[in-house]
Amino acid sequence: MTRYVILGTGVAAIAAAESIRRVDATSPIAFISEDPHGYYSRPGLAYMLTGEVDEKQLFSYRPDDFKKLNAHFYRAEVTRILPGEKIIEATPNLRIPYDRLLVAVGAQAVRLKATGCQLAGVVKLDHMEDARSILAQAKHSRAAVVVGGGITALELAEGLSARHVKVHLLIRNERYWPNVLDEAESHIIETRLAEDGIQIHFQSELAEILGKNGKVAGVRLESGAQIRCDMVAYAIGVAPRIQLAKDSGIACERGVLTNEKMETNLPDIFAAGDIAQVFDPQTGRATIDSLWTPAREQGRIAGANMAGGVETYIKAVPFNVTRLGGLTTTIIGSVGTGRESDMVGIARGDSETWRQIPDAIITQSGFEVNRLRLMIGEKHILGAIVMGDQKLSSPLETIIREKVDILPIRARLLEKNAPLADILVHFWAGIAG
Amino acid sequence: MFKSFFQPEAAKRVAMAAGQVVPDSSRCVQCGICSYNCPIGIDVRRHAWENEPVSNSRCLTCGECVARCPRGVLRFERTNLFGDGGK
Repeated sequence: MTRYVILGTGVAAIAAAESIRRVDATSPIAFISEDPHGYYSRPGLAYMLTGEVDEKQLFSYRPDDFKKLNAHFYRAEVTRILPGEKIIEATPNLRIPYDRLLVAVGAQAVRLKATGCQLAGVVKLDHMEDARSILAQAKHSRAAVVVGGGITALELAEGLSARHVKVHLLIRNERYWPNVLDEAESHIIETRLAEDGIQIHFQSELAEILGKNGKVAGVRLESGAQIRCDMVAYAIGVAPRIQLAKDSGIACERGVLTNEKMETNLPDIFAAGDIAQVFDPQTGRATIDSLWTPAREQGRIAGANMAGGVETYIKAVPFNVTRLGGLTTTIIGSVGTGRESDMVGIARGDSETWRQIPDAIITQSGFEVNRLRLMIGEKHILGAIVMGDQKLSSPLETIIREKVDILPIRARLLEKNAPLADILVHFWAGIAG
Repeated sequence: MFKSFFQPEAAKRVAMAAGQVVPDSSRCVQCGICSYNCPIGIDVRRHAWENEPVSNSRCLTCGECVARCPRGVLRFERTNLFGDGGK
């Protein structure tokens, strides 16, 4: 018998437990988390804000699934990990022994530090309670200011706008998400947001939040301009929740450091998901991904190894699908320009690899709603952004991941006004047979 | 072939009726919009979690889940029930 303890109830935690149960049907598994809601789709909160899905739908696990998992859930706040004695201490008055421990407590929103940030009406989108609070406040709000430059900020803007709140989006740069998108892509998103009634204030920084009777009444920008609003929603990045691990002697940098088997520096302690900073033998560096799919895969690997297996996490080509200004957008591989003045830490739905500038040529084609951008290297496609029609994104992911030799089409791709989609479809048909 | 490549999804729905919905689980975040919108209550999301086609014989292939998914997880794949009709 092995006593498994899992800190956290996110997708990495659940994937680990499912993985353990595949090989060990009987050993006890205990989850410990202070989150009263347990496992649900955190990325789905964005769609709960827009009203596309209701709250209870975000809980994908059914009673039958929990039964299969045969785990015990403690709702408690972990205060200490004692690696020597292999004990978890949690409030109220819990001491839980473990043989294998998984730390999968995720990341949390970086707090806004501005005068007035404690006022009622200042919100973030970190978890279910935040989403509930936003929806409740939106009912009585006429205008909101959204602060931040990444995906979560847009989700907040679109969610509030869908709830008939007039949204002002503050962006530090001269355009939206310049460290990942190029100018044309930013422009597409900005135009679509404007059509939805979202007003973007470029090169604008929040100076202070103005209050009246303890409630948000407006904001003052660095320029001196003021905007009246009832809510301020911010998304300025996320940070792994490492303090507990750090205090317990687990090696951390920005996240909990793990090897490719998801093991930390301490025996029988593993980490996975948004908290993990995973060593990648291919690059020799340890990186953090704040994405659902890598979290699930890391959890799966951690669980298998906790149960005695030997599996390694192979960092996939960074890949994320999101919706920007109503446009489904897939970001694959390296596409960024390396600037990040709008972000603290890394944005949710973001991956650090996107910021690394490859030695590559950028080529592009398409029109406003179906757009494709490729980063073309010497022999391979290094990255791509697919906006709108997604039929090419799956083939492109394979071409990028498998480092398919593109020499037969490289010259044509680089021709002026090359019909990229057609060239790729032909090429893919040849590969896929 | 290429003219039809970017046809609107609605036009495809009719053409692809003899098929099944296939998920790409690497794109899925389990938000449940697919299951929420299925008119006959198939838990499409579960298929996406397991990365298995929606093999439920009750599936109407109406396309609601494919069209509503905000992340392009779901697509139609023809099942070759009618011989050459599958091409």
